[in-house]
Amino acid sequence: MNHDAYPDNYIRSILNSVKSIAMVGASPVNVRPSYFAFKYLAQRGYDMIPVNPGHVGKDLLGKPFVASLRDIGRPVDMIDIFRNSSHIMPIVDEALALDPLPKVIWMQLGARDDAAAEKAEAAGIKVVMNRCPKIEYGRLSSEISWMGVNSRTLSSKRPPAPTQGMRLSLNRMSVGGGETAASDRAAKNKSEQS
Amino acid sequence: MSDRLPGFSTLAVHAGAQPDPTTGARATPIYQTTSFVFNDADHAASLFGLQAFGNIYTRIGNPTNAVLEERVAALEGGTAALAVASGHAAQVVVLQQLLQPGDEFIAARKLYGGSINQFAHAFKSFGWNVVWADPDDVASFERAVTPRTKAIFIESIANPAGSITDIEAISTVARKAGMPLIVDNTLASPYLIRPIDHGADIVVHSLTKFLGGHGNSLGGIIVDAGTFDWSTGGKYPMLSEPRPEYHGIRLQETFGNFAFAIACRVLGLRDLGPALSPFNAFMILTGIETLPLRMQKHCDNAKAVAEFLAGHSAVSAVNYAGLASDKYNQLARKYAPKGAGAVFTFSLKGGYDAGVNLVSKLQLFSHLANVGDTRSLVIHPASTTHSQLDDAAKIKSGAGPDVVRLSVGIEDKEDLIADLEQALST
Repeated sequence: MNHDAYPDNYIRSILNSVKSIAMVGASPVNVRPSYFAFKYLAQRGYDMIPVNPGHVGKDLLGKPFVASLRDIGRPVDMIDIFRNSSHIMPIVDEALALDPLPKVIWMQLGARDDAAAEKAEAAGIKVVMNRCPKIEYGRLSSEISWMGVNSRTLSSKRPPAPTQGMRLSLNRMSVGGGETAASDRAAKNKSEQS
Repeated sequence: MSDRLPGFSTLAVHAGAQPDPTTGARATPIYQTTSFVFNDADHAASLFGLQAFGNIYTRIGNPTNAVLEERVAALEGGTAALAVASGHAAQVVVLQQLLQPGDEFIAARKLYGGSINQFAHAFKSFGWNVVWADPDDVASFERAVTPRTKAIFIESIANPAGSITDIEAISTVARKAGMPLIVDNTLASPYLIRPIDHGADIVVHSLTKFLGGHGNSLGGIIVDAGTFDWSTGGKYPMLSEPRPEYHGIRLQETFGNFAFAIACRVLGLRDLGPALSPFNAFMILTGIETLPLRMQKHCDNAKAVAEFLAGHSAVSAVNYAGLASDKYNQLARKYAPKGAGAVFTFSLKGGYDAGVNLVSKLQLFSHLANVGDTRSLVIHPASTTHSQLDDAAKIKSGAGPDVVRLSVGIEDKEDLIADLEQALST
C-alpha cells in the first residue's frame, strides 16, 4: 500500500466493514482529540473500546477502559492508535499477538511508522497512517462539508437527515483517490525528508 | 464506487451540492438564518469546542456558504475553503493567521489598486508591513526576504494590464524561505489557472468577479492547498500553538491538511466578523455552474478585441498576454493555455483626452470600476481610479494618461468591436 495517498475505496471499505474499534490512547479529557474522535465514532454506531492503562477502573462514555489490547478479551476488527510515531511499534507487536488478528491497524493524524506498517501488512492486516477516522468518515459521508472541507465526493442522491447513532452512507462517487494531488505531494516530500 | 476523476465542468455544477436532506430540493437552498438549534446541551458544547460537525451561527458557517466553499475548494484542487464577505476580507483573514504585529510580507508590485491600498495603509496600522517586489524579477522576491517575513502574495493574472506571473518560480522562493505562497487567482479563475498545481499554498479570490460572474454579488474566498506544514519552528503560532479560546486545541494537530482553512474560520471569520450573506453565496454558486462556458467566451472575445485594437490606427499599444507579440505570451502559453483572461489595457495615441473621449462615446461597454461581469466594462484609470497620482506615478503603476482598461464580456464579439470602432473613430 502506498501510504502517502490512499484511494478512497481503500478507506471506504475499511470504514464500511469494521464494527469494533479499540482506541489505544483514548483520553477521558473531553477537550482532547482522542476523546471527541472516540465519541464521534461511537455516535456513528461503532463498538468502541477505550485502551489506556492510566484509566483502568473508569469508563469512557459508558465503555470500561482496558489496560492493553490483550485485556480486551474478545475479537476486535480495528486498532486505532492515538499515540506519537515513536510509540507505534510496541502497540503493533501487541496487536500481532492477538488471536484472531485485527483486520485493520489505523494510526492517527501525525502518526506514521513505516516499519511497523510493513510488519502488520506482512501479517495480512490493512494499515492506514497519518489519518483521522473521524475526519475520513465525515469526509466520505460529506458530513464534514459544513466547514468547507473538500469531501472529494459527489452525489445526486437525497441523503437522510443524520441523527445520533445513525450510520451514514460512505458510498458517494469519488472525485479522486486519497487526498488532493497537491497535499499528497507535500505529504510525500515531508515523509522523504524525515 | 469507481475512483474516476470527474472533469472541471462536472465539478463546477456538482461539487459540494447534494439534494437537501429535509425537502429534497435539488438547487442549493438559501439558508437565510442567523442561527441553528442544538440537539441538547452536550451537542452545543461539542460544536463550540470544534469537536462535532455542525452549524452554530452564520458568522462562523452556514450550509449555503458551505456548498460554495466546497465547490471552490474542489475547482482549485484544495483541501478546504472559507467564504467571506469580499476579496478584501479574504486578504485580512488570511494575513491575520500568518502575521503578528511587526512582521512582514512580500507582495508583488503589480496588484489590484485596492489591494495596494489595503496592504500599504490599512495593514500598516495593524503592524503588518508590506515589502514590494517586482513580479517580472523573481530575484527581487528573494532579496526581500528577512527573518520577519511570513508570506509572499502575488496575483496569477495581474492587474491592471493582465500580465502573467511566473507562479512556479516565485513558489520556489517561498519554499526555500519556509513560508507560504498566497496567490490571488481572481482574474484567471480556476478554469484558466489552478495556482495550487504550480506551488501555491493558499489561494484567494474576489468571488465578485469571474466566479460569480454576473456583477450582482460581492464575495471572497480563501482556499487551503493543504501543502504547508505550519508546525515547524513556531513561526505560525495561530496554527501550531494551543489556542486558549478552544481549550488548548492545536489546529494543525487536530485538523491536519485543512488546518489553515479552519484557522481562518474559527480565529479569523469568527472574531473579525466579515461573514458572507447566504443569499450572495447562492447567487455566486449559480454563477459558478456556468464558469467554464463563460470564461472561455470571455477569453475568446478578449483575444478578438485585442487583435482588433492592435490593428487600429488610433491605438499605440495593446497589453494582452494572449497576443503572440506580447511580453507575457510565453508565460500565458504555459500557465493559461485556454486563454489569457479578459482584462487588459491598451494605450491611445491621442493621450488623456482620447481616453476620456473613448469612454464617453462607448455604447455597449459600461464605464465603471469593476471587472469580470457578463457585460463588457471600460475604465480610464488616469481620470478615475488613479486620478490622485501625478503622471510619473500613473505610468509606474501601469495607468498612464493614455491607458484604457477593458474587461471584455460575453456579448457577441462583432458588436463589441463595432462599438470600439465607432468610439475610436469619432
